[in-house]
Amino acid sequence: MSEANAHEVEGRAATNPLTPVLTRRWLSPESWSLRTYEELEGYTALRTALAAHPDQLTELVKAAGLRGRGGAGFPSGVKWGFMPKDRSKPHYLVINADEGEPGTCKDVPLMMADPHSLIEGCVIAAYAMRANHCMIYVRGEALHCIRRLHHAVREAYSAGYLGENILDSGFDLDVVVHAGAGAYICGEETALLDSLEGKRGQPRLKPPFPAQAGLYSCPTTVNNVETIASVPYVVNGGADWFRSMGREKSPGPKIFSLSGHVERPGQYEAPLGTTLRELLELAGGMKDGIPLKFWTPGGSSTPLFTADHLDVPLDFEGATEAGSMLGTTALMIFNETVSVPWAVMKWTQFYEHESCGKCTPCREGCFWMAQVLERMVEGRGTEEDIDTLLDVCDNVLGRSFCALGDGAVSPITSGIKYFREEFRALCESNRGQDTTEASESALAGVAR
Amino acid sequence: MTEQFDYTTTEHVVGPEAADPAAEETVFDERVRAEARLIVERYPESRSALLPMLHLVQSVQGHVTAEGMRFCAEQLALSTAEVNAVATFYTMYKRQPCGQFLVSVCTNTLCAAMGGDEIYRALSEELEAGHEETAGTPGAEGSVTLEHAECLAACDFAPVLQVNYEYFDNQTVAGALETVRALRRGERRSPTRGAPLTDFRDTERQLAGFFDGPGAEEAATASAAAPETVRGADQARERGWTAPPMPEEVELPPIPDKK
Repeated sequence: MSEANAHEVEGRAATNPLTPVLTRRWLSPESWSLRTYEELEGYTALRTALAAHPDQLTELVKAAGLRGRGGAGFPSGVKWGFMPKDRSKPHYLVINADEGEPGTCKDVPLMMADPHSLIEGCVIAAYAMRANHCMIYVRGEALHCIRRLHHAVREAYSAGYLGENILDSGFDLDVVVHAGAGAYICGEETALLDSLEGKRGQPRLKPPFPAQAGLYSCPTTVNNVETIASVPYVVNGGADWFRSMGREKSPGPKIFSLSGHVERPGQYEAPLGTTLRELLELAGGMKDGIPLKFWTPGGSSTPLFTADHLDVPLDFEGATEAGSMLGTTALMIFNETVSVPWAVMKWTQFYEHESCGKCTPCREGCFWMAQVLERMVEGRGTEEDIDTLLDVCDNVLGRSFCALGDGAVSPITSGIKYFREEFRALCESNRGQDTTEASESALAGVAR
Repeated sequence: MTEQFDYTTTEHVVGPEAADPAAEETVFDERVRAEARLIVERYPESRSALLPMLHLVQSVQGHVTAEGMRFCAEQLALSTAEVNAVATFYTMYKRQPCGQFLVSVCTNTLCAAMGGDEIYRALSEELEAGHEETAGTPGAEGSVTLEHAECLAACDFAPVLQVNYEYFDNQTVAGALETVRALRRGERRSPTRGAPLTDFRDTERQLAGFFDGPGAEEAATASAAAPETVRGADQARERGWTAPPMPEEVELPPIPDKK
């Protein structure tokens, strides 16, 4: 324990380096089955919750300081509190299981290993928000999750945890598992709602916010899988227990997903505020000992970090103060062999492909930025291109309809901020040279 | 060297083929119509059924055809233009006949850096097919459609590919080639996580929300345990690390005063 704690972050509650809460059942045989779930305290929080007043649950989640695990980090209890208390219109709870942010791979394993924790969380959250319908919008490509959730929902219905008069409480809830069809933008909550209504997944203007007019123009809350799966533990453990992990403004445990050039990539559940240095130690360090070059704290939409950021506390405040965002705690780790301009080009091509086309800055901006980057990586770029890129970024950031545009500029601006020399070297090396040779050097990083 | 994948296609252009009501009734028979109604019943408002219904159309025809769009429009009282707008927005709706197996290789940054680009290139050469192109006669035994996919949410298993949306993790060029050659012979390799492979059309049936194919029950309970997934949990257990213990009694906050 001492080794991993060597760089303990100030202001973080003292705990073990790893705090399995959401991942606690994952090692159990048939962890996804109702039987295993019930043997390990499953659906006990639901009984407590249904005996309470709905508003007590919202207050509890506020007191616990649970923040949205889908990337934005908005306080979940506050979000729930936006829902009207009257029932003049149906209320909806929508689960965002459209995990697609590059690098993000926490919700898919959670739903595969422990779908009932999500379902129990859904019932508690729906009860708190007076919703009798819950939709789980799962990414279409995650077929096994869809299958598993569907099976778990059926199990929950037959055990009386879903349907009419749940556990004799008088509360009814129907859950529909809905498969998406391949569109990153549907992870944006209002685009998800449009998609769920059977339309093209394009974001809506806010306000009105979903709590006022969401699904079918009715009061709706959209929450991430990991957020809702945390709720049963908050109910069972209470606010103080939840706050005994993590940092004051970002309490609780969080699933950190390590991928890329590390010895043991995978899912590590640790308190918020844990640093990459600590996580790397748990993951066996850099793959083959090749030094770290750059990484993302929470997916490709969060500005890059470098080896200088190993001790940044990975919580919502810490990542922001250091110039990035916590996002989804998707830690993509790249070693020295990877070319930054190449990586940035690949991500930009992703945003170009996934831009929904609704607003001009994002649709045109991503398209042009990808072209400029392709040109540079191919060896036909000039130093002016760097300024052009930054100029286009400036016209996309904050001027796009939704956060996709903001996310698209993150790798570019942060890549140039920390590795401008590498972009410049690419232009230098291109000068007067055969382009094929230049592109070889630009791609040196791609070889393993 | 640099992969410049061409995303621009004209496949979304629906041909001017004339509607033939009789033929459409044969393709989308009473059983399919009944299933379409079942999908509608799941939702408070009928239009929500459109995405699953397009998956149902693909389970019948192997891709979304003009008649498939008309079928959806008719079931949901929409115009075909509205259905077309939706069908062309989402990448999982194929507008060209799809193979028995759809092979999706992640070529997003992280997978690409870990070897995904090489895998895509090797498979493309092997199959003599580019993005969304098919080796063999689409739908026939051993036909394989290739595509490069965006991040498949399995980055800890990079590089990954999917066959009919089942995960094949930690791929190598050699391993991926072997898998695809087996598929071409009509042999189904087991995915790393998920259920045994079925056909693309069966897969689409599940995406439409029907889990009644052969082996559906086994598929739902097929193990998805993978070392990467449980690495943190494993290490915590080995070292005896747990989260702080929960208190015996938890008091809920009082009911807030009504404003």
